[in-house]
Amino acid sequence: MIILDLFLTFLKIGAFTFGGGYAMLPLIQEEVARHGWLTQAQLVDFVAVSESTPGPFAINIATFVGVRTGGLFGAFCSTFGVVLPSFVIILIVAKFYEKFSNSRVVKGIMSGLKPAVVGLITAAFLSILKTVFCIENASGVSLHDISDGEIWLLLAIFIASAVFAFKKVHPIILILASAAIGIAAGYLLNMFGIYSGFDQLLS
Amino acid sequence: MNRILDLFLTFLKIGGFTFGGGYAMIPLIEREICENKKWLDSKDILEVIAVAESTPGPIAINAATFVGYRTAGVLGAAAATFGVVLPSFVIIALISAVLQRFQEIRAVKYAFFGIRACIPALILKAVWSMFKASPKGVFEFFIMAAALILAAFVKFDAVYIIIGCAVFGLIHSFLAERRHKDDNS
Repeated sequence: MIILDLFLTFLKIGAFTFGGGYAMLPLIQEEVARHGWLTQAQLVDFVAVSESTPGPFAINIATFVGVRTGGLFGAFCSTFGVVLPSFVIILIVAKFYEKFSNSRVVKGIMSGLKPAVVGLITAAFLSILKTVFCIENASGVSLHDISDGEIWLLLAIFIASAVFAFKKVHPIILILASAAIGIAAGYLLNMFGIYSGFDQLLS
Repeated sequence: MNRILDLFLTFLKIGGFTFGGGYAMIPLIEREICENKKWLDSKDILEVIAVAESTPGPIAINAATFVGYRTAGVLGAAAATFGVVLPSFVIIALISAVLQRFQEIRAVKYAFFGIRACIPALILKAVWSMFKASPKGVFEFFIMAAALILAAFVKFDAVYIIIGCAVFGLIHSFLAERRHKDDNS
């Protein structure tokens, strides 16, 4: 049953995410692939949408997957699922705050979790890199389907974005700039008739 | 005004105006909750961050629930959490209906071609920030490498890796403590 599945899956994701921002990405990636809810490429596209709309990534992605697979009620269930563990656990912790903040058990667990999250997101980063550069692509488009020019273009955008991201340029500006380059390059390549995998890559 | 309604509206505003979520939300919470409403001290914000980081779930939700509870109990927690979630939910539910048709447009396809190359760069930046914030000893590097290898190459479930690393961290910290005690005695 899809509705229950959405709720339980996002309950699990909510209960096992530690940290902010992209800490949720490894779990999301695994679950949407396992259930066939989104392709890896759709997930990458949605990260862009989420960066450009207000609100936490966790809620955005839960709502998006929910709507896509189970309509509005599905979105409600997945969002409720991802929020519930936080809500319950925080209420308990807030009540026993002194005990919690001085707990050696909590400190010990966190000492293992923080570096683990760094490792897990690095793994998610590598697998997204593979998808973007069509090295491993579930939609069947492979490196051979897109031209060298397009690969170099992707690489240039990636490196430039990374440089500017490290210089603390706002993500939305980077996304808009990359979009503009994509549009310009798409039409130019098209005009000279040298595009190859562009359209099938994105279908 | 009613405190509960006020909490809801304040977090509605915070949820509707934070891009990137999580940590991006903390300065807004500080301004709204501490400076404008004076519901909490600014030193309470450090507590909020510490709790939000060391409990499961997204930072944004944890922070909203915790601040809501501190300000007005369980009902306050519910109001704040509902407020912070609502803008996201409504906006994404509206967008997702349009997005699919929108992505059929050729110019949008080309735009996403560029955007897809940008996203890994943003994630890389996030990884780097987390790496910088993490303590860097032999133990931490070992855990990072183990989690990376298990997830990327062995294709272990992330949940098992998280549980494993939590247990490992717990054992390691108790052993370190005992060694410390032995050294002292």
